Amino acid sequence: MSKPELIKLIDTTLCTACRGCQVACKQWNEMPGLRTKQWGSYQNPPDLQWNTWTLIRFQEYEASNGDFKWLFRKDGCMHCADAACVKVCPSGALYHTEFGTVGLHSSLCIGCKACIAACPFDTPRYNPQTDKILKCDLCYDRLKNDELPTCVKSCPTGALTIGRKEDMITKAYSRVRELGGDANVYGDKFVGGTHVLYVLDEKPEVYDKLPEKPRVPLTIIAWKDWLKPLSLLAAGGVIVGSFFHYIIHGPKDTSGGDQANQGGGE
Amino acid sequence: MAALGESFGRGSMTNHYCDLKNADVILIMGSNAAEHHPIAFKWILRAKEKGAAIIHVDPRYTRTSARCDFHVPLRSGTDIAFLGGMINYIMENNKYFKDYVLNYTNASFIVDGGFYFKDGLFSGYDAKNRKYDKGTWTFEKDSDGVPRRDMTLQHPRSVFQLLKKHYSRYTLDKVSSITGVSKENLLKVYEIYSATGVPDKAGTECYALGWTHHTVGSQNIRTMAIIQLLLGNMGIAGGGINALRGEPNVQGSTDHCILYGNLPGYLKMPVSSLDSLDKYLKKCTPVSNDPQSANYYANYPKFFVSFLKSLWNDKATKDNEFGYDWLPKMDDGKAYSTMHMFDAMYDGKVKGYFCVGADTALSTPNSNKVRKAMENLDWLVGENIFNNETYEFWRGPGVDPTKIKTECFLLPASASMEKEGSQSNSGRWVQWKYKAAEASGDAIPVGEIEIKIMAEVKKLYEKEGGPGAEAIVNLKWDYLDRKGRMDVLKVAQQINGHFTQDLVVDGKTIKKGSLCPTFGMLKDDGSTACGNWIMSGSFGADGENRMMRRGKEDPTGLGLFPNWSFAWPVNRRVIYNRASCDVNGKPYNPQRKLLEWTGDKWVGDVPDGPWPPMADKEKGKYPFIMKQDGVASLFGPGMAEGPFSEHYEPLESPLEKNPMSSQRTNPAIEIFKGEMDVFASASEKFPYVCTTYSCTEHWCTGALTRWQAWLLEAMPELYVEIGEKLAKEKGIKNGERIKVISARGEAPCVAMVTKRFKPFQVEGKTVHQVGMPFNYGWLYPEKGKGGDSTNRLTPTVGCPNTFCPEYKAFMVNVVKL
Repeated sequence: MSKPELIKLIDTTLCTACRGCQVACKQWNEMPGLRTKQWGSYQNPPDLQWNTWTLIRFQEYEASNGDFKWLFRKDGCMHCADAACVKVCPSGALYHTEFGTVGLHSSLCIGCKACIAACPFDTPRYNPQTDKILKCDLCYDRLKNDELPTCVKSCPTGALTIGRKEDMITKAYSRVRELGGDANVYGDKFVGGTHVLYVLDEKPEVYDKLPEKPRVPLTIIAWKDWLKPLSLLAAGGVIVGSFFHYIIHGPKDTSGGDQANQGGGE
Repeated sequence: MAALGESFGRGSMTNHYCDLKNADVILIMGSNAAEHHPIAFKWILRAKEKGAAIIHVDPRYTRTSARCDFHVPLRSGTDIAFLGGMINYIMENNKYFKDYVLNYTNASFIVDGGFYFKDGLFSGYDAKNRKYDKGTWTFEKDSDGVPRRDMTLQHPRSVFQLLKKHYSRYTLDKVSSITGVSKENLLKVYEIYSATGVPDKAGTECYALGWTHHTVGSQNIRTMAIIQLLLGNMGIAGGGINALRGEPNVQGSTDHCILYGNLPGYLKMPVSSLDSLDKYLKKCTPVSNDPQSANYYANYPKFFVSFLKSLWNDKATKDNEFGYDWLPKMDDGKAYSTMHMFDAMYDGKVKGYFCVGADTALSTPNSNKVRKAMENLDWLVGENIFNNETYEFWRGPGVDPTKIKTECFLLPASASMEKEGSQSNSGRWVQWKYKAAEASGDAIPVGEIEIKIMAEVKKLYEKEGGPGAEAIVNLKWDYLDRKGRMDVLKVAQQINGHFTQDLVVDGKTIKKGSLCPTFGMLKDDGSTACGNWIMSGSFGADGENRMMRRGKEDPTGLGLFPNWSFAWPVNRRVIYNRASCDVNGKPYNPQRKLLEWTGDKWVGDVPDGPWPPMADKEKGKYPFIMKQDGVASLFGPGMAEGPFSEHYEPLESPLEKNPMSSQRTNPAIEIFKGEMDVFASASEKFPYVCTTYSCTEHWCTGALTRWQAWLLEAMPELYVEIGEKLAKEKGIKNGERIKVISARGEAPCVAMVTKRFKPFQVEGKTVHQVGMPFNYGWLYPEKGKGGDSTNRLTPTVGCPNTFCPEYKAFMVNVVKL
């Protein structure tokens, strides 16, 4: 049976920052709790880190009219359709799953950290002990078994939901219409659309560490989208050339090198 | 609990979690529901999604505030002033629900001519003993002994007029100046909330420890009870006063008499002057001469005698007053709360201490005193899942173990998931749960530990005798199964009750030993035994364990789920539900029809009493059946400090004078006078109001959660939340290590500088407030790295009705290291 493309919706207007998701994620993925310090915030660990794939960001925000809001944003992998991390990953560790999410074959990861530099959302984290990258895979193992991702499962208020891509986009927009004001949908209009969508109460630029216009870095596009096809084209050219060379000149003496392989090598 | 019982008849959450979705307005005050009752909050959000207004009134902007429509900050300890202002607003603007007030409350009753209120004191105050003689807090009665009523509500001594007069003093200016809430915010809340005083609107209130943890705790709740009655919000879907109880299982533990003054099912613990069963029953059994008052507690003797039978079975006979003599008695006028216990321990009067599932060295106010008191113990027995700071007090900070004589034992207990049994939630649902895993090592359920200890004690008394031996030797004590383990089902059935002899009821023979399907069948002649009358019916006559029910049907659409578990009493989901209908039994709000009288019966929820509605003058009864007069109490003489609530300053406050009267503090509070019980009010040394609370990530003292690495990672150590303005004044930076000091102790911690605490303008001066969690202790994280108890700062003082301690308002200073 073919699996549908999924989207997880984070409705920040329903989140109570209970951090059930943050803990449930560690439990399911068997990540340890590490020693932290109170640094003057509820947000702890202070940032995403190798054992923390999802994190509630707490932000005290005073609007220009003096209105105060305490903003909660569940941060973590956005599961981009046009995922920079997948593009740069040299070993095939990062890949697109059948749900449209970005999975991680940990055994293939070589710890090169190219994805860290590439990710527009600053999501993947490196564990120096294991020399591996770690990030949310939206509980791929659970999805495969028709189970909810553990963060969604743990959410008491319905702030986290998951479903078919088109349904969730509709849901997000109808929620935003209901909320009015500055409420907006974040995620569907860039990097090919993300498989995690936010309903934000405030404009995106208000939120800490949330890129206003995330995009795959130009260097990656240059390398992977333009130069790579070119190189393939070059490789292909070599093969085609060899073919005509063969037609025209006949088989080469076996003492010679394998030009096709050399030409197409990456 | 005291206030709810006095106001309505039962001391419990009136509605239940799912019912919160039915409200039009939800006032969250005295609670941080989103952080501490996340599942209750789910239902609050459902109401919000449907358009309900959600209001949060709290000194601090919390995660709850973030999800409410708006947040109104008020100074800790001034809730009565805030709500008193609302009562005044309701009366002034005729926002009350007249039909309801007239018929279902004691508004029309005429109060004794000797009753008065003057300058902060009600009639009958005895300053020496800090107690009231309540002789004048009574109603006038007619020749039949029925309270006189003035249905025009105009009589100057009618409850209605006295109430109006009492709260007319709570003007907007006055309330604003006391609470620090702007007049604009006060009016906003008053207007929105009082709009529910109409038949088709429901307003509910959610409170928790933010109201009970005060010297005026019970009266905070009483004030809201008055508001809810004026607005006709009691007994209706989406209404009520919802005391949110959480994992500490306050509901279950109070049902089963964790409070010193109670026996199971809220029966009263006898005092020594009631030296015969007759005297006791006479004192505890209310009498009503009004034929329309069901006065259900007239059945008190049945519940009580059945309870005695459950203790002593065949040994409890009519001839020996069912063993009443064997029941321990309290000294008249004495209180036995945790605070009193540690006070006595401090004085060397308490020699042994069982500390079960608690960490009192952290959780009890003035923990420096508590820890010192424990040094006087000969022995200490702990029963718990984990070791904690109480069991290890002998090697705590500043204690020299070589000087401690106490012999300490720690008995390993299994965790809740490692045992079978019932569990009561906030909405009185008693749900059966099953064992999910085996306990590790030697751990066994706490219940089993108690059963085994008592069995040994019994054997010793049988052999050696001793004072009061009969009470122990005669005890029915057979709760272990053949393998020597606690027989949970047997205990549950003992609680439910059974028939002790063959009986014929309505022509049907009931066999001795069969289970009692409802407390309506309990008897005062010894033919029934029942461990806790309110739980009667948790089993059916056929033996069905109704607590195991898991039906998801919701016939009313109101979320009553009648086939899911058992709700006491008799599976009623919303108590006082007959008050949701008019005097003819027609629902006030047909859109949310909880109950309806169809001419011969009630349809909907299990009605609060089977009788016809009160318009039937012959057979009909008033709706508040657990109250002596059948109506709810606007005038509540059962309270220790007055039949109406009144604002008093906390024992420690920033003000030298109470702006309302010359009575600065609650006149009925007990002042502890030990050398470690020191206080500092309106002192320059301690200029800031402090409040304490928990956080989502930890549970109570953190004795269970601090060992959990994921939770500790999220909330690693003690902090104090300080407003930006105060931090700037003191030169304190966010994340800086500082200390908070009170007259009783100090607490080093990390400063969390925040916009969520703002200074208050109180009586013309700026008052800063800070707040601290109470989730940390020295034992773990190791070497005190996570900080120690916040209760090193709090005072030993509490509400005179319940002795629930004042954790929420006291004075401190914040000091840079």
